[in-house]
Amino acid sequence: MTNREYEKLNQKKSPNSPLLKNCICAFLIGGGICALGQGLGELYQYAGLEKLDASAAASISLIFLAALLTGLNVYDNIAKVAGAGTLVPITGFSNSITSPALEFKSEGLILGLGAKMFVIAGPVLVYGITASVLYGLILYLFRLA
Amino acid sequence: MAKRIGTQTVRFERDICITASAAVGSKKEAEGPMAGCFDLLCEDSNFGETTWEKAESRMQKDAVNRALEKAAKSPADIHYIFAGDLLNQCIGSTYGLRDLSIPFLGAYGACSTMAEALGLAANFLESGAAEACAAVTSSHFCSAERQFRFPLEYGGQRPPTSQWTATAAGACILEAGGQGPYVKEFTAGKMTDYGITDANNMGAAMAPAAAATLQAYFQDTGTTPGDFDTVVTGDLGAVGSELLYELLERQGIDLRKKHTDCGLLIYDRDKQDVHAGGSGCGCCASMLSGYFVKELQEGKLGNILFCATGALMSPTSIQQGESIPGIAHAVHLSGKREG
Repeated sequence: MTNREYEKLNQKKSPNSPLLKNCICAFLIGGGICALGQGLGELYQYAGLEKLDASAAASISLIFLAALLTGLNVYDNIAKVAGAGTLVPITGFSNSITSPALEFKSEGLILGLGAKMFVIAGPVLVYGITASVLYGLILYLFRLA
Repeated sequence: MAKRIGTQTVRFERDICITASAAVGSKKEAEGPMAGCFDLLCEDSNFGETTWEKAESRMQKDAVNRALEKAAKSPADIHYIFAGDLLNQCIGSTYGLRDLSIPFLGAYGACSTMAEALGLAANFLESGAAEACAAVTSSHFCSAERQFRFPLEYGGQRPPTSQWTATAAGACILEAGGQGPYVKEFTAGKMTDYGITDANNMGAAMAPAAAATLQAYFQDTGTTPGDFDTVVTGDLGAVGSELLYELLERQGIDLRKKHTDCGLLIYDRDKQDVHAGGSGCGCCASMLSGYFVKELQEGKLGNILFCATGALMSPTSIQQGESIPGIAHAVHLSGKREG
């Protein structure tokens, strides 16, 4: 049997992820998180913060909540159902930093927690920052022209 | 003297017996259908230790000590111990067994390690190099996750083809002479690689190796699956088992009715959220030590072919895009001296 024939057989025998169910769960839970963020933003504005500050405070609150739920061993259970619904919002970013920090503290505060904390979020930061610098440069050059 | 038969199989002529065995598991194993087979079930997956690696070592030590107790032996009576696990440099075994002062030979065959350890121990006993040996392997869900995948609390979704690493250990004491079960033959497998690169589908990576080793064994010994009460594979899970049937069917071997997979046995797939089934060195080691050996001892099973399967990959090789070589070793165990 060739590798290609085996891959075909494997495809036939391997169940696919339940796409529709995953999409619905991601939509509902992800949407819920965004609605919560919006609600918090409104609440902070109502409490007297400027719109921009209120948005930042809402983001910070969501980051805190996700980190707290990660520490309480709850976040991964929600994420198991929500998938992209918890991964895409800022809560996913928070979880991706908190979870290795918790996991690798057994190797010490420097080579464990410190070094491994960004093991998942690191690439997001590297390419996110690189992309924003590039776009900034493009914008700057176009304005010069 | 051991006799080499066919291309890959060794037949033992001494009475090589598994005189005692023990299995250790944790919470998820205790919730599974095979809970009754474990000698020791610890609800706390930390096993009272401070790290997952120490917990795994502890499990291995507990499994060996329990098996020694059952065999009424002390560590000094064991001439060699063959041990392995999934962790880098096999630290589950080294730290677990360092206090026992038994001549130690580390083995690595990923999830196939238990069959490898049994085969090596049997060969040492057959040659007269030893009169008593031990074989032990372990795996721990938490230590495996952090080494091979993501931190435990990371919120990710597992695909349906993924398998759940068992938090378990199994140990067997093998002696030359005794009341059985007897180790009759050992077939060391060849690495088989059909180009699978998905680390979340190890059943597919290992099935061709299982098929190749089983085929070699049947050919070397002139037997068929019908000659066994059951052919036990290590941890192919639901996907790998199906692929194994297909691969063997193409060679004219029908395994469906005679097959059991430890990965499908250890957990209830419908209730325990383990997707395609269990995996890890401790999965088939605990099922062999806790269930099959006892069934053979009690005469409920007469002959089994134990074929443990392993996926020989590392996170580095996967990241570098390498495909996953599979390996499988087969051990024929018999409840009777002749047969």
